[in-house]
Amino acid sequence: MNQPASTKPATAETARQVVSAKNLGLTFQTNDGPVQALSNVDLTIGKGEFVSFIGPSGCGKTTLLRVIADLEKPTSGSISINGMSAEQAREARAYGYVFQAAALFPWRTIERNVALPLEVMGLPRAEQAQRIARTLDLVNLKGFEKKYPWQLSGGMQQRASIARALAFDADLLLMDEPFGALDEIVRDHLNEQLLDLWGRTSKTICFVTHSIPEAVYLSTRIVVMSPRPGRVTDVIESTLPRERPLDIRETPEFLAIAARVRDGLRAGHSYED
Amino acid sequence: MDSLRSKIVPVSTILAGIVVLWYVFAVVLNAPFQRDLDRRAGETPTTMEFVVRTLAQKKPTLPAPHQVAQNFFENTFLRKVTSARSLVYHSWATLSSTLLGFTFGTILGIVIAVGIVHVTTLDKSLMPWIIASQTIPILAVAPMIIVVLAAVGITGLIPKALISTYLSFFPVAVGMVKGLRSPELMHLDLMHTYNASRAQIFWKLRVPASVPFLFASMKVAVAASLVGAIVGELPTGAVAGIGAKLLAGAYYSQTIDIWAALVAGSVVAALLVAAVGLASRIVERAMGGRPA
Repeated sequence: MNQPASTKPATAETARQVVSAKNLGLTFQTNDGPVQALSNVDLTIGKGEFVSFIGPSGCGKTTLLRVIADLEKPTSGSISINGMSAEQAREARAYGYVFQAAALFPWRTIERNVALPLEVMGLPRAEQAQRIARTLDLVNLKGFEKKYPWQLSGGMQQRASIARALAFDADLLLMDEPFGALDEIVRDHLNEQLLDLWGRTSKTICFVTHSIPEAVYLSTRIVVMSPRPGRVTDVIESTLPRERPLDIRETPEFLAIAARVRDGLRAGHSYED
Repeated sequence: MDSLRSKIVPVSTILAGIVVLWYVFAVVLNAPFQRDLDRRAGETPTTMEFVVRTLAQKKPTLPAPHQVAQNFFENTFLRKVTSARSLVYHSWATLSSTLLGFTFGTILGIVIAVGIVHVTTLDKSLMPWIIASQTIPILAVAPMIIVVLAAVGITGLIPKALISTYLSFFPVAVGMVKGLRSPELMHLDLMHTYNASRAQIFWKLRVPASVPFLFASMKVAVAASLVGAIVGELPTGAVAGIGAKLLAGAYYSQTIDIWAALVAGSVVAALLVAAVGLASRIVERAMGGRPA
């Protein structure tokens, strides 16, 4: 089952590799002794892919995303983003990160929240305004520029946080269970919008989730992970077309992939507890 | 309207209770002296007359509420504000040094908090000293501050204000340390993903996040400043200020004057705390706070 995550030959692909992890490991030192959050992770993500990381809690999927984002340092192995180290990539603002909660600043309006990364990067005001307008349009939040976060629903807040991650035009979007706290109706809607957005922007997306239908619906590739130690147990290429209406989820093809993911999770003993 | 009524009723109930208790205590505490007076004058008043007399002494042990109210009213509204008998005049003397000391204290508190949050050495070394500073009885330190500063030629408003500063920087420093450290990990991670500098994290995240903490601690600090200013007036032989008025009242056993000065002090305190509360609400509104 422990097949290498990358099935692509390492030839001219290297230039198009956005994320490349080799033998990645991360051990946290806790009071109860060391915890292996990640072990022997090999993974390559190409440009324009939509890769989901799925697994039960403790499988290291969020940790892996945080390593890619340089929010955690690996204790072994190597990782490169766009051919740079994770730290260099972060310094070059190579990615936008969407957290589990919207994490909007409550004292800023929606447009000022989206402006935050642009301010940090020191963009001129005129360009800021232009990018804010464009990204808010992209997530269908036009007309809410002057609202404060508490005046928006949870789904709209999360869309605003996606706009904030898109505002500075990074090619890579890292999303850590962005819709986990939302109800299923809103989640379906946002999934559809996210796919649409991905289709229009040709970004590379790494998406952490614990929902099998969400992973299958969104991804071109699904990375199945399992805990103790956190590791990759299976990588499933999706055979679904890029155009995916919501009702694709009732097709036999969709269900077959979902079944494979479920098998992968079971094989990783993910259901033990 | 309902919320107003729901506030007024309990508050005035308590107030009425206090006034009744106050009258009872006034009669009880003033009775021995009144009995003495009556005995010397050879009078035998009825109980009703006796009670009325205990509440109308010139220098009572505990003045009755109406005596204090009358004194307060006369000395606040019926005197020229430049008169040394005017409570407005004395309140202003105290208020001006309170405000100056409070401003110093707030600035000092913020500066100390910024230092503690950003410099590990200061975090380790400064905090115990700051806490120790507040364990020293201010009444003991105040005269020394006044004397030392007078020796180097600083007199007047500044020494008094410095005592206010001494009391008010502490809550601000403690509150702001907490406030500047209040941003959630997720918000800090977010700034980290933007590769934001420490200065940017400070101005765009830590400072706005600390604002509610600042106002909460300023409310405590402004009251402490007033106490500091009054205490500062006691040992200095100050001729103006609520503290001076209290001291003069104590010298000449003008108990009614003392109580009226205390009322003036609490009015000033209430105004100061209300002003900080108002400023807090305005800033909160400007920062997109959800209306309560």
